Amino acid sequence: MNTVCALASVVIKELYRRKDFYVLFVMTALITLIMGSVTFFNDPKIARYLKEICLLLVWVSGLVIAIGTTARQIPAERENRTIFPLLAKPVTRGQVVIGKFAGCWFACGLALVIFYLFFGVISGTREGKWPLVQYFQAFWLQYAMVGVVVALVLLGSVLFAAPSSNATICFIVVVGILLLGRHLNQVALNQTEPLRTMVYAIYFLIPHLEWYDVRDFVIYDQGTIGWIDCFLATLYAAVYVALLLFATWLAFRRKPLNV
Amino acid sequence: MDTILEIKNLRVEFKAQSSGQAKKVAVDDLNLKVYAGEVFGFLGPNGAGKTTTMNVLLGFVNATGGEAFLFGVNVREPIARQRIGYLPELTYYYKFLTAEELLRFYAKLFRIPSAETESRIQHLLKLVELDHARKRPIKTYSKGMQQRVGLAQALINDPDLLILDEPTSGLDPLGRMKVREIIQRLKNEGKTVFFSSHELGEVETVCDRVAIINQGQLKVEGRVADLVEEHQANLEMIFLKIIGYQAQSAARLSSEPPLVTNRKAEVRQTALQP
Repeated sequence: MNTVCALASVVIKELYRRKDFYVLFVMTALITLIMGSVTFFNDPKIARYLKEICLLLVWVSGLVIAIGTTARQIPAERENRTIFPLLAKPVTRGQVVIGKFAGCWFACGLALVIFYLFFGVISGTREGKWPLVQYFQAFWLQYAMVGVVVALVLLGSVLFAAPSSNATICFIVVVGILLLGRHLNQVALNQTEPLRTMVYAIYFLIPHLEWYDVRDFVIYDQGTIGWIDCFLATLYAAVYVALLLFATWLAFRRKPLNV
Repeated sequence: MDTILEIKNLRVEFKAQSSGQAKKVAVDDLNLKVYAGEVFGFLGPNGAGKTTTMNVLLGFVNATGGEAFLFGVNVREPIARQRIGYLPELTYYYKFLTAEELLRFYAKLFRIPSAETESRIQHLLKLVELDHARKRPIKTYSKGMQQRVGLAQALINDPDLLILDEPTSGLDPLGRMKVREIIQRLKNEGKTVFFSSHELGEVETVCDRVAIINQGQLKVEGRVADLVEEHQANLEMIFLKIIGYQAQSAARLSSEPPLVTNRKAEVRQTALQP
């Protein structure tokens, strides 16, 4: 655990010493504030649009931070050759994988907390309401989804040669799942065999990240989600994280350390 | 004398790059012992198998055959690396960390208590003369400073065995001298040092014993003084003779067309003579 924490602390330091997070946060804040200062057609429900834009930016920024930070972790260790002094210590490759995951996930969590605090303040001041439980659930579910994304990108970082190609592929896969994941079973119904079985297989194999997108609940004040549902969603994400990390370890275990 | 490092019949093969090629044998039936308190030079031309041997010792590469032990523990066990320090060749440490943060990170991996970590950081940064730059990010360091911070990280656990892969590679004469002084100081403290280098003068100065390998095979092993006496030449000449440089160059010269001027031929012949 000590080793994992030490590895994770380096990743967190890297996140707050790089400019990526600050740029994304300033961009989100600026766009939200500019949109908030404009009144379209004297619409009293303008706060909803503001919340929608802000949450969309939080989601996009969250994904960019998660994918960008994770994609470079193991390749950078190999490229800069820091993997050699690291593994020359009593550290296993499994601990490196878990440490990198923990660091990236925790760092993304910190970034999400700041984004949600900003969102809460903006929507609270505009609407005069503070549905904290709803915000917490939205944050927690997004955080659980980010865990799956981080594990997926970590696997990609040991399979693909370049961090940029890994980041691009993972971004397309994640956005694809978020947009099309829930429709794949309907797509399968309209196909002929063997394509139908293949699409169904993909539908059941992919992590359904779209389940964690509860922005509509927050935007349209649809109340809170059942805690049991939240727990089951967290469990579902944890299973996928465990499977993806296991696959990462299997791939990394025999990987040559030289670039 | 205690055996600190032992290699028994080590063989490392790498897969062929393409289907038509044969497997590449990087290390072939290597046997080696390093004893406590020794400074041991591991020499060979580029591609001889030095780094591969070190990679096996550090658990980065699995041996195809044979075994290697550190302190009597098989190198396949991570615990074998608890008492070693390793300095790889040309490493670019985490740029966003300062020297003391880097050392604190590596100390955590060894579970060194905080109070002891701080005193070791203090001592090591003084030893490698980076005390003045301890709070500066590593990205601002020169190449020599990066190599010295690497040496400090290799010493953070107060290791009994140091494995250094070309520690003076790419350094200027002053940087090389500083690294050599540190190795000398570690030797005086009774540490065992196993290092590879192409700086044969430096090896001759600091090493008690050397081994020369070529094409993965051990060619010679012994005390530096004994080898010098036996061959009546300095270590560089012994090295060139053992790797077959003279024979190769003579054969190449005889097959080459004559040089343009006699003067150039004289210069070339003179340069090749021992």
